Amino acid sequence: MNLYDIVFYFFALITAGSAAVVVFSKNIIYSAFSLLFTFFGVAGLYILLNADFLAITQLLVYVGGILVLLLFGVMLTTNTINIHSKSGSLHIVPSVIIISLIAGSLAGIMMTANWFSNTAPAEGAVQSTSKEIGTALITTHVLPFEIASVILLVAVVGAAMMARRDKNNQQ
Amino acid sequence: MTITLTHFLLVSVILFSLGLFAVITKRNAIMVLMGIELILNSANINFLAFSRYGGMNIEGQMAAIFVIILAAAEAAVALAIVLNIYKRFTTVNVDEISILKD
Repeated sequence: MNLYDIVFYFFALITAGSAAVVVFSKNIIYSAFSLLFTFFGVAGLYILLNADFLAITQLLVYVGGILVLLLFGVMLTTNTINIHSKSGSLHIVPSVIIISLIAGSLAGIMMTANWFSNTAPAEGAVQSTSKEIGTALITTHVLPFEIASVILLVAVVGAAMMARRDKNNQQ
Repeated sequence: MTITLTHFLLVSVILFSLGLFAVITKRNAIMVLMGIELILNSANINFLAFSRYGGMNIEGQMAAIFVIILAAAEAAVALAIVLNIYKRFTTVNVDEISILKD
């Protein structure tokens, strides 16, 4: 067992454990905060997969943006002073059966499939991927890059308009 | 025993199942959104694992970048919709918002 394996199991344990806390916790605030550790563990897995730029992006966008947005949503839509912010569940038993079927079949497929290369390709010194990603974004992937920028602009402006619509109508 | 492609895929299967469980069973709309984020993260792990072990070096990472971009846009729009639902119904429990059924 070398260092890579130990670090992988560490991050995998963080990811799976805190994702379980996200799903099974009764308090929605606890869920939101353990989602932070899930994102952190996934970023660690990205680093193990030689994707350093993606890992930093994951931390910036998910932890810095999406998680804060979700926490704002929790704060604005639950009465945190009067009522305990419980998040109830619906039809547990059938969904447990269906999810365990799906998870079992997926895991079976993943483990039995004859992947083209199951072991990591031999490589020398690991290099940073930022340069390659930057080059690809302005050469081969320039069209999806521009479309994504337009989508982000439209989504953010639309979200701001939707969230403030009632106030504007009253004025 | 060393880490193979299958280990990463199994972590992603666990994340996907937990996310799907949250999407199906949770009553609070914000918890449903959290489940969607878990599912997107598991898809990203798959992209990066196949990008590393499959030898297509940068392509998988590009796909993962666009997934992250769209996840940010999706979270912003979904939160705006949830805030509007809260203004209208004073609840965000997805099973109580059923006036379209009546």
